[in-house]
Amino acid sequence: MPIQTYDDLNNMQVDMLREIANIGTGNAATSLAAMLQKPINIQVPKIRFLDYDTVTQELGGPESLMVGMMLTLSQDVNGMMMFLMKEEFSHMVLNSLLGQSFASFTEVDDMGLSAMQEIGNIMAASYVNAISQISGMTIEISPPDICIDMIGSILSVPAIHFANISDKVIFIEDEFEGTGADEASNILLIPDVDSLDRLIDKLGLGV
Amino acid sequence: MSNTVSVGIADLNVVRSPDTLVTFALGSCVGICLFDPNVKAAGLSHILLPNSAQIPGNNTPMKFADTAIPMLVKKMEALGANPSRMKAKIAGGAQMFASMSNASIANIGARNVEAVKATLQRLRIPIITADTGENYGRTLYFNADDFMMTIRSPKRGVWTG
Repeated sequence: MPIQTYDDLNNMQVDMLREIANIGTGNAATSLAAMLQKPINIQVPKIRFLDYDTVTQELGGPESLMVGMMLTLSQDVNGMMMFLMKEEFSHMVLNSLLGQSFASFTEVDDMGLSAMQEIGNIMAASYVNAISQISGMTIEISPPDICIDMIGSILSVPAIHFANISDKVIFIEDEFEGTGADEASNILLIPDVDSLDRLIDKLGLGV
Repeated sequence: MSNTVSVGIADLNVVRSPDTLVTFALGSCVGICLFDPNVKAAGLSHILLPNSAQIPGNNTPMKFADTAIPMLVKKMEALGANPSRMKAKIAGGAQMFASMSNASIANIGARNVEAVKATLQRLRIPIITADTGENYGRTLYFNADDFMMTIRSPKRGVWTG
């Protein structure tokens, strides 16, 4: 039976998504560590069916400031990928890449923004390539679009995009950490329902 | 003793003076405040999308400008408010990401604002304050005592109107 809504996924399919996320995250973390020449730790990915209010709460509350990068997925898998960095994480990235530090998050200059976009680009490509390789599917990603603002406002964009599917959207959430406790960033992978179906079929877990 | 009542995404609520309504971090969504000064009642709706007709079989009227605003008016009427005395203040509808590859997502904020304006016009409720568009997120407070809308943005600071 094809999946109609995100609520139809069974446990085995959720495990599969978690495994895929794990591989994608591992690849992305390796790329990031190589670029920054710093150790990067990853957490076990979480597969969640959540509404946006809950997601923003868990990411530190709707008003917490973050760097948000949005990439769209196309071809065999359609959807969105959000790459989110907390302030400390972005400072660490900018320090490592440019040797620069910024007094305030909102004063990051164009050079800083494009450095962060480049990081987003490389991490997303590593992540998506891993999924492509396992599934044999072609996935194209757009260049990242960036903004620094409240997490609730940033996530209103995917919220609106997916609002015609379901109030609860599947978030494949991956967490990366630098050496400091607050140096955290997240990748949210939000595939659309049809793509999820195709991915599950490709991996032989269709019901 | 006054309370602050929080309104989530695709949610709406009403309060009486001296309470305050708040919705956090509006991005491309729009917050619509309604008030009736005679009965000191205020309402706030947080919509995501312009038009319910575009999504057949939906059962979440609070998501859409065209269905959420009439619902909010009804809730205000339950507090004794009269639509002919109601006025509106609106905020939000930003374009969060500058150079989106997908045009239909890029201008959704503007389309939301248009739909909100059209719905309020249809209901003959005048908009007396609007802070919409641009490229930054807004937290909106609406006080049922003085009917002032306060906007907080990490990029632009705080203002009241």
